[in-house]
Amino acid sequence: MSGPILEVRDLHTQFYTDDGVVQAVNGVSFDLHEGESLGIVGESGCGKSMTALSIMGLVPEPGRVTGGQIRLRGQDLLRLRPEDMREVRGRDVAMIFQDPLSSLNPVLRNGFQIEEAMLAHKELPRRQALERAVGLLRKVRVPAPEARARDYPFQLSGGMRQRTMIAMGLANDPSVLIADEPTTALDVTVQAQILELLRDLNRELNTAIIMITHNLGVVAGLCSRVLVMYAGQIVEEGPVDEIFEHPQHPYTWALLRSVPRIDALRHDRLRSIEGLPPDLISPPSGCRFHPRCPFRIDRCFREEPPLERIAEGRLAACWVTMERAYAEMGAGQLVDVRPGAGSGVHGLQEERVG
Amino acid sequence: MAEPSSVRDVNDGAGQPPPQAVPSAALVRVEDVVKYFPARLGATVKAVDGVSFEIQKGECLGLVGESGCGKSTLGRLVTQLLPLTSGRVWFKDVDLSRLRGEKLRRQRREFQMIFQDPYASLDPRMTVGDIIAEPLDNFRVSRGRVRNNRVQELLHTVGLNPNFNNRYPHEFSGGQRQRIGIARALSVQPSLIVCDEPISALDVSIQGQIINLLQDLQRQFDLTYLFIAHDLAVVRHISDRVMVMYLGRIVEVADCTRIYTDPRHPYTAALLSAIPVPDPKIERKRRLVHLEGEIPSPIDPPTGCRFHTRCPIARVPGLCSEVAPPLEEKAPGHWSACHFSDEVGSVAPWARSAVAT
Repeated sequence: MSGPILEVRDLHTQFYTDDGVVQAVNGVSFDLHEGESLGIVGESGCGKSMTALSIMGLVPEPGRVTGGQIRLRGQDLLRLRPEDMREVRGRDVAMIFQDPLSSLNPVLRNGFQIEEAMLAHKELPRRQALERAVGLLRKVRVPAPEARARDYPFQLSGGMRQRTMIAMGLANDPSVLIADEPTTALDVTVQAQILELLRDLNRELNTAIIMITHNLGVVAGLCSRVLVMYAGQIVEEGPVDEIFEHPQHPYTWALLRSVPRIDALRHDRLRSIEGLPPDLISPPSGCRFHPRCPFRIDRCFREEPPLERIAEGRLAACWVTMERAYAEMGAGQLVDVRPGAGSGVHGLQEERVG
Repeated sequence: MAEPSSVRDVNDGAGQPPPQAVPSAALVRVEDVVKYFPARLGATVKAVDGVSFEIQKGECLGLVGESGCGKSTLGRLVTQLLPLTSGRVWFKDVDLSRLRGEKLRRQRREFQMIFQDPYASLDPRMTVGDIIAEPLDNFRVSRGRVRNNRVQELLHTVGLNPNFNNRYPHEFSGGQRQRIGIARALSVQPSLIVCDEPISALDVSIQGQIINLLQDLQRQFDLTYLFIAHDLAVVRHISDRVMVMYLGRIVEVADCTRIYTDPRHPYTAALLSAIPVPDPKIERKRRLVHLEGEIPSPIDPPTGCRFHTRCPIARVPGLCSEVAPPLEEKAPGHWSACHFSDEVGSVAPWARSAVAT
């Protein structure tokens, strides 16, 4: 494999609100290789969507990228003039969003919207553009694509709309497709179809995909590598198989344990993570996860752990990785020893609100 | 509009899974309930179309289906937040569907509801204490210091600081708000709580807290739940029995373990196969049961079996497109509305291996 097509280095994105500066993305660095499917997982507010919007140059007000580099094939996107960035956006890097209905223009025909995405970047006779649009709809497995191209978005179901969005994203054969929770608004059977489509497109077209999701199952099914984000930072990175089997950051470990599973034992008690994600205006000292971490040591309160290589291809930002926790502290028993730990009945009382 | 009474009698027998673990009488008995909504141009949306089931005292009955299948409408029919088009809802020995006004209102103390959206279901201008005490005030259960003590006790019960009673909803996170909604439902000591997707709007790490809290409360206060969700994985953790709905009808009801390991309706099998599992090794082995197209309109549902347009084992044209399969007991306690329920195993061979862990 040649070098990465996308390199993100020490990205900082901040929001200047009346209450203070929100550090939405705080020193995120990663690479994306050609044809790869990379997952970014985390809970709401962890900065995963803002990382994507920073790459696209679409951070909404009052947010701003305040530092770092985003290099696409060596070219730093953060240094481009807005009009040059517009050329890149939709041509080299495309993005699809969670809610396809609010992403599509309700008064324009589906086919026209795909053509528009194409014509923004290259000169093409209209007839040819329409043909390509229909071809793209066929590629994303929209049945009767000619007829659907003449329809308006409201005439399509949620799944078909998301397929139309994907067709639009693929209109210029981008090398990177960023999908921000593309299946969250969809029913589970439709979600499965869309994920299958993305998996096939990733393989057939060799388009690199960044899949942003809170759903660990989606990552397990689609991605080969995953970044786990917490409170604006990457806390763990590695190949999916290894991360899911041997998570090293306590947050990843806890997150995996908290997912309701279809293959769980009946009435198996869910193991939730105590407390709440931190306030990003004044994040906790030291490791940002320490207030919720069952394995914290004194050092975690004071010093921020760097994202370090812990094995081949694996990074984690933790002073006490799970390997050590298992060895020294007996991770198996730890979480459930506190009374009422599971439901948080006793755990939340001291919690500061807001 | 309503089906003739002879049909109802048939459904009465078919739609009521007999008592399971609990031999006592059912707490709730739903009999051939129908709910039609008027749509444009004189059309009717057949949201719930002939549904019968029972909820046993002390059990948690999971109700699962995709958006538009009628599960939330059904929840609102059980709690009488919507009037029935036809059918009956029995609560203990009272026919709720015949009650009106004050008589119905007095019954409401017995059944409360927890809603999906913790942001929309709490009045932003009321203090948390007043929100939780509203049912107490409505039913004149307690006043003054007794009332306030009760509020603090409830806050403590759901894992919140009892001194938060003077705060407003915006000061709380989604999970904490859902706890407030739970405290409100508990305040009048109901016997049934209908939980309408109570955790769908919450983050994964918080979902577990709420599910566990609901389980603890069920044990502590001897509660009965109707737990509505679109996610079969969540339901698995909390339910005793699971009921699957498709286009306004129940397609399968079974014990929580059996429905996952031995589904007898192809729609259940498809739903199960579609749920991503957070394990890449299982994911690679997972085989999707492909459904044709998408859920048809409840204004004009398909003839015969409503699932036949998407079913991988349907005989079309034939039995499936002509005759609506009744909900029948295929194995003890395992009910399915499918003409070919024995063949479901062939479309879902993964079921045992993938879910058996």
